[in-house]
Amino acid sequence: MNNVLGFPILSLIIFLPLIGAIPIMLFVPKQKEELIRWLSAITTFGTFLVSLILIPNFNNNTHEMQFVERHSWIPSIGVQYFLGIDGISFLLILLTTLVTFIAVMSSWHAIGERLKEFHVSILILEVGMLGAFMALDFIFFYVFWEIMLVPMYFIIGIWGGPRKLYAAIKFFLYTLFGSVFMLVAILALFFVYHHYTGVYTFEILKYMELNFPYNIQWWVFLAFFLGFAVKVPMFPFHTWLPDAHVEAPTAGSVILAGILLKMGTYGFVRFALTITPDAAQTFVPFIVTLSLIAIVYAGLICLAQKDMKKLIAYSSVSHMGFITLGTFTFNPQGLEGAILQMINHGLSSAALFLIVGLIYERRHTRMISDFGGLAKVMPVYAVLFAVATFSSIGLPGLNGFIGEFLVLLGAFKVSYIWALIAASGIVIGAAYALWLYQRTMFGKLENPENMNLTDLTFRERWTLIPLVIMMFWIGLYPKPFLDTMHASVNNIVQRVNPGYTPALESFKVENSSIPAADHLPAGHVNMNEPAVPADTAHHAGH
Amino acid sequence: MTPIHIAYPNLFVILPELILMCWVFFMMMADLFISKEKKEVNALLAIIGIILSAAAVFVVMPLGHISSFNDSMVSDSFALFFKLLFCITAVLTILISKKYIAIEGMNWGEYYTLLLFAVSGMMVLVSATDLVTIYLGMEFMALTVYVLTGYLRQDTRSNEAALKYFLLGAFSSAIILYGMVLLYGVTGSTNIYKVASFLAANDNFSNPVMIASVILLVAGFAFKVAAVPFHMWAPDAYEGAPTSITAFMAVGPKAASFAVILRIFLIALPSMKPHWIPIFWGISAISMLLGNIVAVAQTNIKRMLAYSSIGHAGFIFMGVIAGTKIGIASVMLYMLVYSFMAIGAFAVIILLRKTGVKGDEIKDFSGFARKYPSLGLCMLIFLISLIGLPPTGGFIGKMYLLAAAVEAEYYYLAGIGVLMSLLSLFYYMQVAKTMYIDEEIPGQQLVSSNALTLVVYFCAAATLLIGMFPNRFITSALASVLTM
Repeated sequence: MNNVLGFPILSLIIFLPLIGAIPIMLFVPKQKEELIRWLSAITTFGTFLVSLILIPNFNNNTHEMQFVERHSWIPSIGVQYFLGIDGISFLLILLTTLVTFIAVMSSWHAIGERLKEFHVSILILEVGMLGAFMALDFIFFYVFWEIMLVPMYFIIGIWGGPRKLYAAIKFFLYTLFGSVFMLVAILALFFVYHHYTGVYTFEILKYMELNFPYNIQWWVFLAFFLGFAVKVPMFPFHTWLPDAHVEAPTAGSVILAGILLKMGTYGFVRFALTITPDAAQTFVPFIVTLSLIAIVYAGLICLAQKDMKKLIAYSSVSHMGFITLGTFTFNPQGLEGAILQMINHGLSSAALFLIVGLIYERRHTRMISDFGGLAKVMPVYAVLFAVATFSSIGLPGLNGFIGEFLVLLGAFKVSYIWALIAASGIVIGAAYALWLYQRTMFGKLENPENMNLTDLTFRERWTLIPLVIMMFWIGLYPKPFLDTMHASVNNIVQRVNPGYTPALESFKVENSSIPAADHLPAGHVNMNEPAVPADTAHHAGH
Repeated sequence: MTPIHIAYPNLFVILPELILMCWVFFMMMADLFISKEKKEVNALLAIIGIILSAAAVFVVMPLGHISSFNDSMVSDSFALFFKLLFCITAVLTILISKKYIAIEGMNWGEYYTLLLFAVSGMMVLVSATDLVTIYLGMEFMALTVYVLTGYLRQDTRSNEAALKYFLLGAFSSAIILYGMVLLYGVTGSTNIYKVASFLAANDNFSNPVMIASVILLVAGFAFKVAAVPFHMWAPDAYEGAPTSITAFMAVGPKAASFAVILRIFLIALPSMKPHWIPIFWGISAISMLLGNIVAVAQTNIKRMLAYSSIGHAGFIFMGVIAGTKIGIASVMLYMLVYSFMAIGAFAVIILLRKTGVKGDEIKDFSGFARKYPSLGLCMLIFLISLIGLPPTGGFIGKMYLLAAAVEAEYYYLAGIGVLMSLLSLFYYMQVAKTMYIDEEIPGQQLVSSNALTLVVYFCAAATLLIGMFPNRFITSALASVLTM
């Protein structure tokens, strides 16, 4: 673990938005609205540019953490300021900086009042999101994880729709409900780890090297599950999501769907699979069942929606079901599909929410029945909408296809029934998305209010075009994206599913003195046995 | 008959409270010569007294663990930690009082002398290692706080609050006294170290008198920290008392009571642990449950904070129940954090008080943050900290208490604690929502004073500082834990 750049790039990325937020908060008078917008845009764009520095310096061939920064923060209880990224978080960080910039650009005119608070909220939210993806110390992670809640509460609560207060507090309560149990689990891990090793640490990587007793794993996994499942959101914890999305302003929805939901699935991959692998094995049927229910059930709900935004919100629940399904296949295809699908969904749902936001700005309604034939008056809009829709339903040539295909492949390897049910979800997805497109874009232009709609402006086009470019890129040539995660994903598969053989064949065992067969039982520890450091399982793959 | 040998007492043991008491007597005299228009001078004098007393704490600090008065008073780092905390609390209280009591038309010198007497009582209490001195300090503190609660003598709510507080307080003091008497009857000593060594040597575990004594002590002290089911006085007393005194009550006497609870139960009665742990467990759990659930329904912010402080007391009990080094340190740390966030929140409430407007209903906060963004932000920080969210001190404090509970394997209690923190989110955010989202009250103008805004900013800064750089505070709490 090291930092090839020699300067704290990750800290810079995390705290750049904060550096932008402070002058907006303290020095800019609230009348200077243009200045606030520009400052916020420059800050988020600058953060995005700085995050691009990571790309040429990122090493695809290792699962070790990169760009590591480590300082002690609260030495008296072993909490560290510990940042680092690997193939799992790398793309998510780029997605975060891109989507936040786009969210700021999209709210240029949409947010007209209390700009100062709005942009400060977005910037602090970005700090929390970036920090949560980079933190490698559990308490440090938890701090960022919770910092996200208050700004998001205000984004929904101040600039939201008619039922904003209900939606905002519901969002807050649901997500905090999950995470408080996670805090107890983190503390329990802390003391159990000390019990076995005599070391007080919250370091996530250290926890990954210890096989905790099974009953501890079981409870900790349950707590993790509550924390992450609410955030994903998995069925049946998904009810906050439609409310939050429908009421949130466009930028809020974009960030919520584009990035915040990924926190949950990222948490599963990063923590639940590696720290509690044995319990994760036990919970596979449970989680897969919930994922499949989400895929099909949320898809069916979408068919019945009258509100465009609500439809897209429910479609998120369905698509996130694919990600949790892929995660819990425990094979490289499924996991890579899941991680890629996090990016894909981030791009497509952000684009779709932007598209709904654009039409809402013009018409102040989101009811599907108010539209029809818009393609005639807004051709550019229609094209971009079409690409986003196709990306969302997984049309070959676009990003969604690669992700869903990999997930289905991974699922098929474990059980063809899973794959079958999930595939039916894709059909439902195509049905509701295309039907939505048909009802709004095609048909006769009958509603007189729609006759004089203007097509997208330069700024509006360019909030969508970067997303569309990425959709094509991932769809046509996914290799550079998948290459970044191979090493990390294989490392996780080794940890969570030591019996998975194809992965072993394709990777040379680094330390030849340890026979490969010895890896297999490392993950399976009887609850009565003392914990054994599972270093051996980590030498495979490099 | 052996002659009673009285050693010359080491006055350094009680130096901070000694200086403070002498200063209060001086202030009482000086007050006679201060004209009615210049009563603010009393506030300045009181602050000087506190600073002298705090300086004395630093003088005593290098002396380490010293005891005197036949081992009935001790000066250890544990006591000094709390004495310093009381000094900070007292200064903040005085600063928020100045404008408030002027508006209330109660700008008399007695206010400050009573406050300082209460502080010296608290100091005696945390230093006391003898049942008699403990009782002495407790009554000294309580009596002055009763008077301060009823200080708004024209206000019926204040009178009612004082009477309720006094009657129930006296009752609980009697209960504690009864418990102490029984303890003395069994062990033959009032010194807590001798009590402990007697109980260690003689098995009194199933002695009904001892059990009764433990129960009585638990009940009495639970009253002092307003824990359920001995909490009835708190909402009325909090609401009726002058807001500045409410802030003080929520912090100072509560911290002192927790300090003495730690001393009595962990030093004198560790052998009775299996008896008092389940009782405290139950008190902790129902305090968190009831305090937080009832707080949801409040429309008066002082009452809301009163109920929430019952919940906080329940949370703090986790550290007592854990009884470990981390447990004790977490109680100390939490009291420190709680002082800043609670006094800060009450200071903001006082900001809204002006002639003719009470300003203690939640709806009085409508649009507050829109009109006063920086003060609103401070209040938001206090609220987030009271919920226990990062990056504030409240998070660090709660996390540390939870850590103590988890370490001692009280998972269910920790579970109740986090669930109730979640519930507290609901009512604290209600205030945040009122401040940020609701429309402004037309024509609302704050009658502010520099001292008051200084306290608000200082408390907000301290809350954030403890949240972001907690190491210094945790180490000093760990270094000052009770030596058993």
